[in-house]
Amino acid sequence: MAPLVPSQAELDRRRIVDINPETVSNIPSTDFPGHWPGESHEWNLDQFRNDFKVEFHRNERFESSFSLIGVDASIANAFRRILMAEVPTVAIEFVFVHNNTSVIQDEVLAQRLGLIPLKGSVEGINWMRWFKKPTEDDPESGSTPADFNTIVLRLDIECTKNPNADPEENDPRKLYKNAHVYARDITFHPVGRQEQFFIDEEAIQPVNPDILIAKLRPGQKIDMELHCIKGIGADHAKFSPVATASYRLLPDINILRPILGEDAKKFAKCFPKGVIGLEPVTREEAAKQGSGYEGHEGEMKAVVRDAFKDTVSRECLRHEEFQGKVKLGRVRDHFIFNVESTGQFESNALFLESVKVLKLKCARWKRGLADLMR
Amino acid sequence: MPASVHSQDQDQSMMDAAAAAAPQEQEQQLEQEDVLELEEKRIIVLPGATETAASFQFEGEGHTLGNALRYTIMKNPQVEFCGYTIPHPSETKMNLRIQTYDTTNAVEALEKGLDALMDLCDVVTDKFTASQDAFSASEADKMRS
Repeated sequence: MAPLVPSQAELDRRRIVDINPETVSNIPSTDFPGHWPGESHEWNLDQFRNDFKVEFHRNERFESSFSLIGVDASIANAFRRILMAEVPTVAIEFVFVHNNTSVIQDEVLAQRLGLIPLKGSVEGINWMRWFKKPTEDDPESGSTPADFNTIVLRLDIECTKNPNADPEENDPRKLYKNAHVYARDITFHPVGRQEQFFIDEEAIQPVNPDILIAKLRPGQKIDMELHCIKGIGADHAKFSPVATASYRLLPDINILRPILGEDAKKFAKCFPKGVIGLEPVTREEAAKQGSGYEGHEGEMKAVVRDAFKDTVSRECLRHEEFQGKVKLGRVRDHFIFNVESTGQFESNALFLESVKVLKLKCARWKRGLADLMR
Repeated sequence: MPASVHSQDQDQSMMDAAAAAAPQEQEQQLEQEDVLELEEKRIIVLPGATETAASFQFEGEGHTLGNALRYTIMKNPQVEFCGYTIPHPSETKMNLRIQTYDTTNAVEALEKGLDALMDLCDVVTDKFTASQDAFSASEADKMRS
C-alpha cells in the first residue's frame, strides 16, 4: 500500500488537545506505527532532528524558561522527573553533635541543617563518589568516610554578651554576640584531594548565607560536625537541585466565527492581559461573502495576540454569546518548561544534566542487557 | 557550560583518579564498590517468555525510564505491543512487556528502543545548547544597543 499522507488540516487537528467546557478530548498521542492506516510513524532520527526545536524565553542564572517543541510527553516528562529526583547534589546527611546547649533540639537542628542548599565546584561534585549507607541486615556494609565521598563542615559557635552594647538596648543581636546563627557560620574543612577542587569561590558553602539556623543566648553553644554526601532527590528532597521544574503545554485559542464590538471587549476580558487584542475589521474582510464580517467594516474584532500568556481558565466558554465561536486547546508537543535552580547548578546547565542522566541510564541498562544475554 | 556531574564513563574515570593518588587499600575498596554498583543494575526476564514476547523487570527504575522507553519501543513497527507497569509502589521495580512480530525478537526490540532513546538525548543536547547560545547572543545584542 502506498503511504498515505495526511492533509495539513488533519495534522494540525492531531497536534491539539481539545479543551471543552467540562472535559478534555483527543488526549493520547497517536504517532505510533499501526495507529493510522497507511502512515509510517516509525522512529526516524533525522526527522526528529528536523522537527525538534528548542526556544528560550528566559535564561537567568538560577531561573530559566524554554520550550521543547516536537517531542512526546513521555520524553518531556522523563526530563522533568529527572530534574527533580535524579540529578545529584551534595547536602548535609550526618550530624555529629559535640555540644548543643541551645533551646533547639539536636534532631530538629540536624533536620534544619540538612535542608540548607549547598553549592561548590561542579568538577568537585563530579569527582565525588556515592557514599554507601549501611543496610539494616549488615551494619558493617556502608562505605567509610573518605575525601571522595564525604565533605566535612563544622558549625562551632557560642553566644556571648556584648560588653560594648548600650544598656538600654533591646535588640538581642546588638546586645549579644552570635545571638543568631546563620548559614554563613558554617565552615568548610577540606580533606585530601578536596583542596584541589573546592577552592575559594568554588568551596562548599551555603547558597544563601542568610538562612537562620538557630537563636542563642549568652552561654549557649553549638558545636557540631556536619558530613555532606552526594545524593539524589529520589532519596531525599534536600538533594533535589531544583526548587521547581515544571512544564505546561502551549495554549491554543482558535476563534472560529467573528467576535465583534462590545462582545469583543468582553471576550478580551475573559483572558489574561495581552492574550486577546482588538483590531478594526478591514474593508477586504467586510467585502468577503460568508466571512461573517459583512457590513461590519471599522468595527472592532477580537484577535489572538499571544496565546502563550493564557492560563486556559475556560472563562470564555461559560458565556452564551461566545458559544461555538471559539475553540480552546493545547498544543500536544509544545512543552513550556520552567526550571528554577536551588543554586548548585545554573538553571540551563541543569536541563543538560538531566539529558545526560537519561542517556547514562540507557547506556547502563544496555550493558545490563548484554550481561543478561551472555 | 560547566563540566558535567556525569562523566561518560563514570566507573572508569573514578578508578583512574583514585588509582593515581590513593594507597592500595583504598583502591581495593573502590573496586569492591564498583562491583556492587554494577550488580545493582539487573534486568530479569520474567517467567513465561518466548522469543517474540517477553516481560523484563528493571530493578530500581520507575515511570521516568519506563514511559520514555515504552514510547521509543512503540515507535518500532516490528513491535506488536509494548507497555510498562510498576507492580507495587513500594518496590522500585518496573516491568516492561514487549511483544513483537516474527521479524524480530523482544530483546532486539528493547535494545533498539534504548539506542533510539540515546540518539534522542544527543539531539536534544545539541539543539538545546545551540538554542541557548543563540539566545545569550541575542540578549547580549539587546544589552549593547
